[in-house]
Amino acid sequence: MSYSINVNGADHSVEVEGDTPLLWVLRDVLGMTGTKFGCAIALCGACTVHLDGRPVRACTLPVAAAVGKRVRTIEGASSEKVSASLMAAWLELEVVQCGYCQPGQIMSASALLADKPNPSDGDIDHAMSGNICRCGTYQRIRAAIKHAATHLVTDGESSDIAIGTQ
Amino acid sequence: MTRSLTSRRVFIQTSAAAGGGLLLSLMLPQRAGAGAAAAADISASFMPNAFIRIGRTGPITLIVHMVEMGQGTFTSLPMLIAEELEVDLAQIVVEAAPPDDKLYTNPINGMQATGTSASIRAAWEPLRQCGAIARTLLITAAAKLWRVEEHTCHAYKGSVVHSPSGRSVRYQLLVDAAAKLPVPGAVVLKARKDFKLIGTAAKRVDAKDKVLGQTVFGIDARVAGMKFAAVAICPEFGAALRPTDDSAALKVSGVRKVIQLHDAVAVVADHTGAARKGLAALQLNWDSGPNAAIDSAAIARQMALASTTGKALVANKIGDVAGARAHAVSQFEQVYELPLLAHAPMEPMNCSVHVRVDGCDIWVGTQVQTRAQAEAARITGLPLAAVKLHSLFIGGGFGRRLEIDNINLAVRIGQQVEGPVNVLWSREEDMQHDFYRPCYHNRVWVGLDSHGMPLTWQHRVTGSSVLARWDPPSFKNGLDDDAVDSAAGPPYDFPNVLLEFVRCEPPGIATGWWRGVGSTHNVFIVESVMDELALAAKIDPVEYRRRLLKGSPRALGVLEKAAMMADWGKPLPARSGRGVSVEFAFGTYVATVLQVAVTAGGEVKVEGAVCAVDCGVIVNPDTVKAQIEGGTIFGLSAALFNEITLANGRVDQSNFNDYRMLRMLEAPRVKVHLMESAEAPGGIGETGTAAVAPALINAIFAATGVRLRKLPVATHDLRAI
Repeated sequence: MSYSINVNGADHSVEVEGDTPLLWVLRDVLGMTGTKFGCAIALCGACTVHLDGRPVRACTLPVAAAVGKRVRTIEGASSEKVSASLMAAWLELEVVQCGYCQPGQIMSASALLADKPNPSDGDIDHAMSGNICRCGTYQRIRAAIKHAATHLVTDGESSDIAIGTQ
Repeated sequence: MTRSLTSRRVFIQTSAAAGGGLLLSLMLPQRAGAGAAAAADISASFMPNAFIRIGRTGPITLIVHMVEMGQGTFTSLPMLIAEELEVDLAQIVVEAAPPDDKLYTNPINGMQATGTSASIRAAWEPLRQCGAIARTLLITAAAKLWRVEEHTCHAYKGSVVHSPSGRSVRYQLLVDAAAKLPVPGAVVLKARKDFKLIGTAAKRVDAKDKVLGQTVFGIDARVAGMKFAAVAICPEFGAALRPTDDSAALKVSGVRKVIQLHDAVAVVADHTGAARKGLAALQLNWDSGPNAAIDSAAIARQMALASTTGKALVANKIGDVAGARAHAVSQFEQVYELPLLAHAPMEPMNCSVHVRVDGCDIWVGTQVQTRAQAEAARITGLPLAAVKLHSLFIGGGFGRRLEIDNINLAVRIGQQVEGPVNVLWSREEDMQHDFYRPCYHNRVWVGLDSHGMPLTWQHRVTGSSVLARWDPPSFKNGLDDDAVDSAAGPPYDFPNVLLEFVRCEPPGIATGWWRGVGSTHNVFIVESVMDELALAAKIDPVEYRRRLLKGSPRALGVLEKAAMMADWGKPLPARSGRGVSVEFAFGTYVATVLQVAVTAGGEVKVEGAVCAVDCGVIVNPDTVKAQIEGGTIFGLSAALFNEITLANGRVDQSNFNDYRMLRMLEAPRVKVHLMESAEAPGGIGETGTAAVAPALINAIFAATGVRLRKLPVATHDLRAI
């Protein structure tokens, strides 16, 4: 079957079965490997992408369910203000270690900030506890989300920092 | 995992005297132009050694031989070179070294292996020497060019500057002249006070790509024509696949091939989704092997029996335990047990290969580049030079990627696939076919004097020897230095010590290195016992340790600092408590205080952690802090939740539902204090993990009065009565 999906603003036609998880379409068919595989049962959050702005786990989302919706992945995140601000905070506070889970972490965090620009600790814990980090970067992630939130509120437009795609 | 493990502590003490000369002699070619590494245009480059390549144009390339798996080697190792080479990190690019034991052996590990927290420890002096030699040659080249005395020139930010005239020339313009010069025999390294880069929180060079999702991990290898394979490995260790009807898988759209091996089946498809679906469609049957009856209870009985009837070899002896025991006024005896553990890195095991008649490419993140290459050569029969390893980023190693089983399986599959194939394990396969952290049974006997202080200390470690399998030549006289590391030795002053090892292998189960290796298990034992002895002596646990650390000012220093940071002694609410541990491992001292609250239902909430760390001279303080923060969380997940169990020869756990990890809402803030020190650098990547379990157990005791002697934490034992 052929399915047309919109990823980061671009339409793609893919020849796969409708029940194929979006994760494999992104990674193996479209070659967008920023979205990661971790568990395949929506337990770890490494594959988090946005579907019409909501965070979803691409490992359990059938590609057919993404038709007619906007998919945003880490590859398209830096062009969007909230994510760019988060990425800048991630770098400022040196969040990453191995880095494998971080695309998923950033996608979860950007969905949170889009929804709640000034999240409480409880909001952050609630929104982020679906994302596992084996390196244990949680406290820096928490701090970076707050850092980005503060920047977004105080700096407005200027928070879109020098993080353009390379 | 070391040839010279006798021990890591000895290496630290002797490395200053030896000056790292062993590594240097291996690393440095005799002529400045004759370095290794895959240079695109070697003739136009200056390669004074295997770690530096400077071309006529472009950035300076620093080659990193220890892999990046989050611990920061791609930043901290270049910092060592850049300090002496006088370049900014912004002026360099980092390149992963090719497999080459001649050029890139880590002497602590005896091969090109990234582990035992040994990257900085081993490279501290040699890599600075590499930078200094290159700088010296470039200065000589510039002085010749200008016909001035060398001592009137100095290096600054990638250029040589002639101080009197103010002239300067970029390194890139000196490479042809520098490459013709003989390599100097000895160079003088900078004094610590002159460091510009070492000791600064330099930004990680790998962070930006990781944040943007552009980093290529092993799993992300993509080349034209690549196919994708999903695998099922026989669920019982040592069993065999029965011939399988593959028609159901082949009916799945996108599936190209089903490969049946004696111990596994692979479904090859256009994408992993189709491969997984095809694999799920197969009716797999396995012939039971010799391990079909293994279960965890039997293993525990086997360990307990071996600890009393097995052959106990003496691993360390101080004084006369048997003689002194008669003078003890009381005796302490306890048993402590630790479970099998999986590594569960976020990036499941994988490996991409392209096997051809005349060569083989491997794309993988591995902690053992040369072993990975050799394994592919062995299986294919190709010469080593025909196997090209593409060493990619690692999405979590923790010791798992010191093994090459993923490469073995991928190459065997690749031999039956036309073109490149990406072989990806499911989370379940990853968890059920690990090289597990061994389970250990520990018996400790302590004879106490009239003040309740240890007169004799006897610790018998019973468990698997990872070393015997992983590096047989290092397993000598039945002793495994790693299995007893950090047990009954420094930093405490015990007058009489008997440390014993009983090797007992759980049948059919492969055991492997796990973050913190021997120290992770033995620090738990020693620090649990210390707390029990303090209680028996009615002495505060910090004070009790303090009395035994008079001979170790560095250990005492971290203990005092951590206790102060944690408000040790300040009253807490009911069912809350603090616990402490002191660790000396990998040349580093760590004191950890954890504060917990235990609910009436027995749930443990870790409210905070403080760590005081003395790891000698610090290369990058922010990376060190990050390792302690993360290592603490890693160790907490294991101590609170993790245990691999077996029934009917199969591992019970399968995914993050039944082998669960600490999540953000459960993760405490870890405050880290780094001690100022001029001592040689210690290792850091594993120390946080090794230190935390006993601090947790001791805090739980302080909160509840329940002493846990078995990991992971059994919450049902902690319920309020």
